[in-house]
Amino acid sequence: MTERIPGFATLAVHAGAQPDPTTGARATPIYQTTSYVFESVDHAASLFGLQTFGNIYTRIGNPTTAVLEERVAALEGGTAGLAAASGHAAQVLIFHCLMQPGDEFVASRKLYGGSINQFNHAFKNFGWNVVWADPDDIGSFERAVSPKTKAIFTESIANPGGVITDMAAVAQIAKRAGVPYIVDNTLATPYLCKPFEHGADIVVHSLTKFLGGHGNSIGGLIVDGGTFNWSRDKRYPMLCEPRPEYHGIVLHETFGNFAFAIACRVLALRDIGPALSPFNAFLILTGIETLPLRMRKHCDNAQAVAEWIATHPKVAWVSYPGLPGDRYHNLAKQYCPNGAGAVFTFGLKGGYDAGVKLVSNVKLFSHLANIGDTRSLIIHPASTTHRQLSDAQKTAAGAGPDVVRLSIGIEDKDDIIADLDQALAD
Amino acid sequence: MDHDSYPDSYIRGILNTVKTIAMVGASEKENRPSYFAFKYLLERGYTMIPVNPGHAGETMLGQKIYAKLSDIPVPVDMVDIFRGSQYALAIVKEALALKPRPQAIWMQLGVRNDEAAALAEGNGLKVVMNRCPKIEYGRLSSEIAWMGVNTRTLSSKKATIGGIQRMSLNRMSAQGGATAAADRAQREDSGH
Repeated sequence: MTERIPGFATLAVHAGAQPDPTTGARATPIYQTTSYVFESVDHAASLFGLQTFGNIYTRIGNPTTAVLEERVAALEGGTAGLAAASGHAAQVLIFHCLMQPGDEFVASRKLYGGSINQFNHAFKNFGWNVVWADPDDIGSFERAVSPKTKAIFTESIANPGGVITDMAAVAQIAKRAGVPYIVDNTLATPYLCKPFEHGADIVVHSLTKFLGGHGNSIGGLIVDGGTFNWSRDKRYPMLCEPRPEYHGIVLHETFGNFAFAIACRVLALRDIGPALSPFNAFLILTGIETLPLRMRKHCDNAQAVAEWIATHPKVAWVSYPGLPGDRYHNLAKQYCPNGAGAVFTFGLKGGYDAGVKLVSNVKLFSHLANIGDTRSLIIHPASTTHRQLSDAQKTAAGAGPDVVRLSIGIEDKDDIIADLDQALAD
Repeated sequence: MDHDSYPDSYIRGILNTVKTIAMVGASEKENRPSYFAFKYLLERGYTMIPVNPGHAGETMLGQKIYAKLSDIPVPVDMVDIFRGSQYALAIVKEALALKPRPQAIWMQLGVRNDEAAALAEGNGLKVVMNRCPKIEYGRLSSEIAWMGVNTRTLSSKKATIGGIQRMSLNRMSAQGGATAAADRAQREDSGH
């Protein structure tokens, strides 16, 4: 008997959720509780010792949040998930489980500006040293690897410039180096791209963007691909050595191919503490139910807007991988065949001042520092999200003075185009 | 049986049928995976019998420890092998000598011996390799989902409760999300 594997849209609605066992409630209840009663003293001991599965305290796990974790893990094709208070928090938890002070990791220099800041500054205070590589020169990843390297990190579709990373090539380098390959899949979502199919070992998300999709909740999530052998080279003591926090348990030996997600939960989240609120988990779960519908519309609209804006006389260039002739068009067809995402940049011939003017003139677009909302969003990175970076870093990150970033919503595309048309006319 | 990928119905069938499980290599140390699995399955209502020659005659979680399978005075439905893969063949031979014979051989996460599996299957026993019965019970009952684990099942029926924070294995579920990348990595690791 063959067992049927459900499709993506079915998983987006159902994975992780089932009617509440006590009340029969069909929507996932918001378990707005800090703590959970134990059946007995022995049950409590089993829970604290990781000997049984269950709920102790919402900083470590929550039944509403758990539905979200399983949902995203299923959509990505991973073995387990762990939610965190934000995408940034999720990154701290991941690296806490991989790095010791003095260790290095290699990261693409084309990243969300917030990640560049986190890696350059906050992580250095922990002694976690980033070594930058260039996704347009895959060999630079290989050259950046040293005996201290513990991981390689890229985005699938990079924010803000629509850079598509050749993930299969980076994965080969990570494999040769014997380190896990981490992919931030926020801009693509698993609807457009599944990094585990291209050699990633860990996927990280900001749920705040397209997954939640409605601009109402901050959240982050880690997915364990179950692909990395933590015990092979004994380089990851959180996974392969007896843990004093848990009376000498070895997590990889005990939990097998979802040990990394467990380590992030019971070592990192438990002790560092950035748990997601169950209310946010509920809102994000509701958003995910319509992910396939929304992503299709986001991508259709973005393609139309990019094609229109590419012909506008005040526009110098457009960086959208969905456009034929774009330098990432072939990579987009390979990695994101269902659409090139809905976040892209373009350059104004009028430079910095023209960018400031455009974001002031729009009436339908919202001028704000987020992406992946149902609403169309606009920002001038040089004056906002990327303003802490040096001019050289801004340009390297695709956020030079002339650059405007759009996140195309799911409104009618004619209205989106009309708003840009009037805002550029002035 | 394809030992790289078991249908849920096969695993559920074994866990729903067997009642008495002999665990070869059960450890009394609280931080060992065998202790975790033993305790969990005992709490889920299975009759658990520890087998460990170094501790024969002692008790573990109230259950008497035997030196070898043939010392167990009651019929055993399943033998759970918590020893290195190289010991699995000898343990299967011991299991096949039992009267009555067990219905199933289960080799723990990380344990795989295809020769031992073929011998057991040739004698009509069901075989599971490189899986943990605790994890599989937790997955099919959906308890493990509290840890964010992808159970690879979906259900539109409410789960049956077996106590506070405890779900019954008798949950109606359909196949859910797959873990293709992890399955590939496992096949590569085991050289298949």
